[in-house]
Amino acid sequence: MAQPFLKKDDDHDDEADYSPFLGIEKGAVLQEARVFNDHQLDPRRCSQVITKLLYLLNQGETFTKVEATEVFFAVTKLFQSRDLGLRRMVYVIIKELSPSADEVIIVTSSLMKDMTSKTDMYRANAIRVLCRITDGTLLTQIERYLKQAIVDKNPVVASAALVSGIHLLQTNPEIVKRWSNEVQEAVQSRAALVQFHALALLHQIRQNDRLAVNKLVSSLTKGSVRSPLAQCLLIRYTSQVIRESASNTQTGDRPFYDFLEGCLRHKAEMVIFEAARAITELNGVTSRELTPAITVLQLFLSSTKPVLRFAAVRTLNKVAMTHPIAVTNCNIDMESLISDQNRSIATLAITTLLKTGNEFSVDRLMKQITTFMSDIADEFKIVVIEAIRSLCLKFPLKHRSLMNFLSNIIREEGGFEYKKAIVDSIVILIRDIPEAKESGLLHLCEFIEDCEFTYLSTQILHFLGIEGPKTSDPSKYIRYIYNRVHLENATVRAGAVSTLAKFGAMVDSLKPRIFVLLRRCLFDTDDEVRDRATLYLNTLGADGAVVETGEDVKEFLFGSLDIPLVNLERSLKNYEPSEESFDINSVPKEVKIQPLAEKKAPGKKPTGLGGPPPGPPSTIDAYEKLLLSIPEFANFGKLFKSSAPVELTEAETEYAVNVVKHIFDGHVVFQYNCTNTIPEQLLENVTVIVDASEAEEFAEVASKPLRSLPYDSPGQTFVAFEKPEGVPAVGKFSNMLRFIVKEVDPSTGEAEDDGVEDEYQLEELEVVAADYMLKVGVSNFRNAWESMGPDCERVDEYGLGPRENLAEAVNAVINLLGMQPCEGTEVVPSNSRSHTCLLSGVYIGNVKVLVRLQFGIDGPKDVAMKLAVRSEDEAVSDVIHEIVASG
Amino acid sequence: MELCPLVKNILLLDSEGKRIAVKYYSDDWPTNAAKEAFEKAVFAKTQKTNARTDAEITMFDNYVVVYKFVQDLHFFVTGGENENEIILAAVLQGFYDAVGLLLRGTVDKKEALENLDLILLCLDEIVDGGIILETDANVITGKVASHSMDAGAPLTEQTITQALATAREHLTRSLLK
Repeated sequence: MAQPFLKKDDDHDDEADYSPFLGIEKGAVLQEARVFNDHQLDPRRCSQVITKLLYLLNQGETFTKVEATEVFFAVTKLFQSRDLGLRRMVYVIIKELSPSADEVIIVTSSLMKDMTSKTDMYRANAIRVLCRITDGTLLTQIERYLKQAIVDKNPVVASAALVSGIHLLQTNPEIVKRWSNEVQEAVQSRAALVQFHALALLHQIRQNDRLAVNKLVSSLTKGSVRSPLAQCLLIRYTSQVIRESASNTQTGDRPFYDFLEGCLRHKAEMVIFEAARAITELNGVTSRELTPAITVLQLFLSSTKPVLRFAAVRTLNKVAMTHPIAVTNCNIDMESLISDQNRSIATLAITTLLKTGNEFSVDRLMKQITTFMSDIADEFKIVVIEAIRSLCLKFPLKHRSLMNFLSNIIREEGGFEYKKAIVDSIVILIRDIPEAKESGLLHLCEFIEDCEFTYLSTQILHFLGIEGPKTSDPSKYIRYIYNRVHLENATVRAGAVSTLAKFGAMVDSLKPRIFVLLRRCLFDTDDEVRDRATLYLNTLGADGAVVETGEDVKEFLFGSLDIPLVNLERSLKNYEPSEESFDINSVPKEVKIQPLAEKKAPGKKPTGLGGPPPGPPSTIDAYEKLLLSIPEFANFGKLFKSSAPVELTEAETEYAVNVVKHIFDGHVVFQYNCTNTIPEQLLENVTVIVDASEAEEFAEVASKPLRSLPYDSPGQTFVAFEKPEGVPAVGKFSNMLRFIVKEVDPSTGEAEDDGVEDEYQLEELEVVAADYMLKVGVSNFRNAWESMGPDCERVDEYGLGPRENLAEAVNAVINLLGMQPCEGTEVVPSNSRSHTCLLSGVYIGNVKVLVRLQFGIDGPKDVAMKLAVRSEDEAVSDVIHEIVASG
Repeated sequence: MELCPLVKNILLLDSEGKRIAVKYYSDDWPTNAAKEAFEKAVFAKTQKTNARTDAEITMFDNYVVVYKFVQDLHFFVTGGENENEIILAAVLQGFYDAVGLLLRGTVDKKEALENLDLILLCLDEIVDGGIILETDANVITGKVASHSMDAGAPLTEQTITQALATAREHLTRSLLK
């Protein structure tokens, strides 16, 4: 068996596939492992067998529990051999076998002996192996040796102990934290990598102590770090400190910036790059701070090393998103990278150029890209397309050449994601650039003639139905749509039928022809297609049977479903078939705010086709049920809105109280959620005394006390007010918690019989205009805005005074109005000077409201805002202005 | 841990994408099948590129992969998407040069398999649980080769002594610099 291992006569290599492991088999190797048990150990042979075992493991072979145990026990015998090479292999295979706790005991003493050996190699490796396989109990026994090893004069031993410490910190932090003195000493080591490992461990030990990290950084940045890797670490820690210290960026004095800038002149490329990247990622970085970093990155762009070029262009690409101007200096270097052998670099270069390019360079760029597109993979193409889309939105005048480009590439081969990216881009261009509409729609029509993706076909058909009828010559689209009815699968056919109906509804001159086409669809093989055709023929009045007005039909065909789909789904699931038919108005409309994590998810860009993301299930159902169960409130009607809980006490006081405001048409109910945080007390007969003297339009009608409030189990008490019906009355309420307090014997948990009446002052509560506004999103703001029409539009301008930045002003207005931001417009790019924010909501009385906010900021941080409101009722439009004016 | 430069895996594949020696330091690939799928993807992505003079680089699935080829051997080092590319390249260069030294300049698949023990030891000395141990090829080779010094006539005696000679030569040269 040792045969294959011997070196062959190397005169001629005719066997190309020769491998020393040819035909190796697990069973046979396990047999061979018996040599480990021989009395006279043959180190060479044993090494070979271990190599074979490692080869098998490396190839993905697995050992059963029994096999692994057997091999492990056999391997432990090899500690008898004094052969260095064999010992080295033994260390490796023990780590690979990852023995169980009871097996570890067998090798512990051998490894501990090696840990104290005179041979450096033994010490270093024994530490690594032992720390890898050990559990906490053993660690206390070897702790002393590990502390010594950290300051060992042999760098390999010290590094081994430090790196093991980094791993052990995850499982046994309390032990490793005791080593900080030794680790601190090791940070001063002259050996480069010891310094690196010691710094990594020291920072990790102290990472939760911000002050200590601060001190560590400020002492080390004065310059005692030699290793480039350690220097990179230090740069990372420094930027963390900068991030966490809320410094005043306005004055330009950013702590440690000088250190980062100094690192740009380091002799190691990895340090230069790390520093440059750190500078570009600083919060609110100024162009003065950016310049030196951009300069070194620009030098990297023309490096002969692909890795440097890639690193630089990737970083510049990110910078271009926020500071395009800063990157324009690199444009010439960037252009030469378009022909880079490495396609990743080329793609990054192109997308950066697209972000920084000016109007005149667009045509030239597009020419370069066209030749480039054919030889890159789909994923790169998608990146390029997204960049082109944003470029087109930036330079609407260039839409012709960009649209041409998109229509050319959409005809080429490509997968679903790629095609979807192109279609999305065309849709967005059509939506945002009116001049691009006609040509864009025709490109889409041509695309669906030969589109293999059902999803895309139906989405495009839907879009055609909305946009097509508004064009100058709607009839030219009919042919494309009707072709679908002939040639496609049932899903697409059904979509095409709906689209035809929309043309019929909007364009009277086309109606007769549409009816002919729809009637042909009545003979389709698919139920859904036939049903739709029948339905539309009836609603559009082809047979004169239905007497609906045109407006209703349009609403039916085009009106967006203003109910979140998840809510509808849940209501339908809860619906039990009965005499009473399902009422769509009973579906709650409240959209819950998306958790932040989801918003940050990558790829969440405003796409043209998708609707608003579905929100998580709301709690409004639970509130409604709760309120209906209380007889006093049962006749208040339908719950319009419940606010988020508002805290009325400071954190960690004796009694924690928050309030939820429930708004009904003619009533308001305050739900006080109370928690008693004193174990020695039981509260009884808990009420809230509300003083409504500053809320003139409100009159208290009912109050529901809480009978008993034991320690740490929350309870609710309610107070209801009457207010003028349908009027958004506002006011201030002061609250006093009144209760009977009884002492509780902590040992028995029993309360005394006698109680004392007591009061506890709560904070004030306000009912504001936003409480009368439901957050209801719309899927396509522009469509909704246009269909609302300018009849009830109110426009005015406001000065918002000095503000920290635009984002703060935008948030303030959104919160004031309590409306749902649409299409991600609540996010303000940092450093922007102007911003448009779109809001939608439903006002009490079920009045839809859309708001368009345009913000601008000038030099001394003065923010001005133009507010345009459209709603179904001009009184409501005025109310919105009043809210802003008085806010 | 997040702030420390981390290596996700080191791969040494042959010209067909088959494993010679691989080492994973991350739980991103829990099963052998996942590992093989990753190797296949990496290989397919890089196969057509020319990474023979300089290390090349690519990015996919939110990983940065640096790689270098010689003869029928393909070297890869993978890091997370936010990793400093140049640090990863330093690890790759250390591995690549160390293997070159250990195989005495005859760097091909056959030689690598015949000295697989050295390659595995080499991997063991470069990265420990994702943390970079050493990137200097001379030091790595020194650590891997040193073990046979006292051993009586090991099988690969000739290989080792010569490797050592080269290693020493490199060492002295770097000291003289």
